[in-house]
Amino acid sequence: MDQQQQNLYRFLVGLGDDSVVLSHRLSEWCSNAPYLEEDLALSNVALDYIGRARMFYQYAAEIEGKGRTEDDIAYLRDEREFTNLLIHELPINDFAFTMLRQFFVDVFYCNYLEELCKSSDERIAAIAAKAVKESRYHLKRSEPWIRQLAEGTDESRRRIENALAELENFLGELFEMPAWEVELAEQGIAVDRKALKANWDEYVQQFLKASDIDFAESRLLVQGGREGIHTEHLGHMLSDMQYVQRAYPGQQW
Amino acid sequence: MSQEHLAVYEVFVRSARGLDHKHVGSLHAESPEHALMYARDCYIRRSEGVSIWVVESKNITASQDNDTENFVEPMDDKPYRHATHYVLPDSVNNM
Repeated sequence: MDQQQQNLYRFLVGLGDDSVVLSHRLSEWCSNAPYLEEDLALSNVALDYIGRARMFYQYAAEIEGKGRTEDDIAYLRDEREFTNLLIHELPINDFAFTMLRQFFVDVFYCNYLEELCKSSDERIAAIAAKAVKESRYHLKRSEPWIRQLAEGTDESRRRIENALAELENFLGELFEMPAWEVELAEQGIAVDRKALKANWDEYVQQFLKASDIDFAESRLLVQGGREGIHTEHLGHMLSDMQYVQRAYPGQQW
Repeated sequence: MSQEHLAVYEVFVRSARGLDHKHVGSLHAESPEHALMYARDCYIRRSEGVSIWVVESKNITASQDNDTENFVEPMDDKPYRHATHYVLPDSVNNM
């Protein structure tokens, strides 16, 4: 791989990691959601993210050109080789936490993917065009939940406030870019994340304000995901996610 | 969260443009908006439809099984309500 291909590979794997890690977290609700209908709906969102991860990984594997597959990238890399942004890997916690994280990333992806549709790389633009429709639906789902939980009972309100206190640490990283992503953004292939921050802040602030929740702006407090520096949670998650492929290499079903 | 607090909705799906909405099942939801989203995820995720109606079940007035005797059966012995009961005159062909 030359420098340009390497940049592209790292960029695509990062987006794939964001998707596969969040997908796995959402899938942990399968059979555990508050009721059957929500169980199906959450699993459906998880499947959307798996589809997204596959498209990014497949393209990354082609660029790498070593004959690896999407499965190799997902199941045969260790924790430090995963470069997802940290917000995606946090444990599901309670339902309020899961939905508030979903709301935050849904607002982000609606903006981000819309911009990524304009990528000068046609393959990336096509992936974004497919994914942005899914994210718009995800946002349509997460918004009423946040409103309902924030304005519901004392307990649901308390849970949303706790979730916000924890998630606030990981919001700023959504708008950070490693050197290779900056280069790709300058070439019109990637999106300038920093440029999305003002809109995101305003949208989230207005939305939460309607439910009487004070939120000023996203601040950069913790980062490291794109460099492979993770919270203590990712390793445990991967040991679940990768177990079958590690124990029975090449196993298919 | 307990299901006891959730309302039941009936789901109707139109499988293609030009066809009627057909009853496909029911589900629990917090609100009509949620019911519509759950119906999307439960009933048309494999492209089974192009449009959905949801109606809270309590808003449906239904005939009762134990009324069958007076509600349905009186219709069974009135063949003259069917066109086939009447003999067509020869001059009316191919009706």
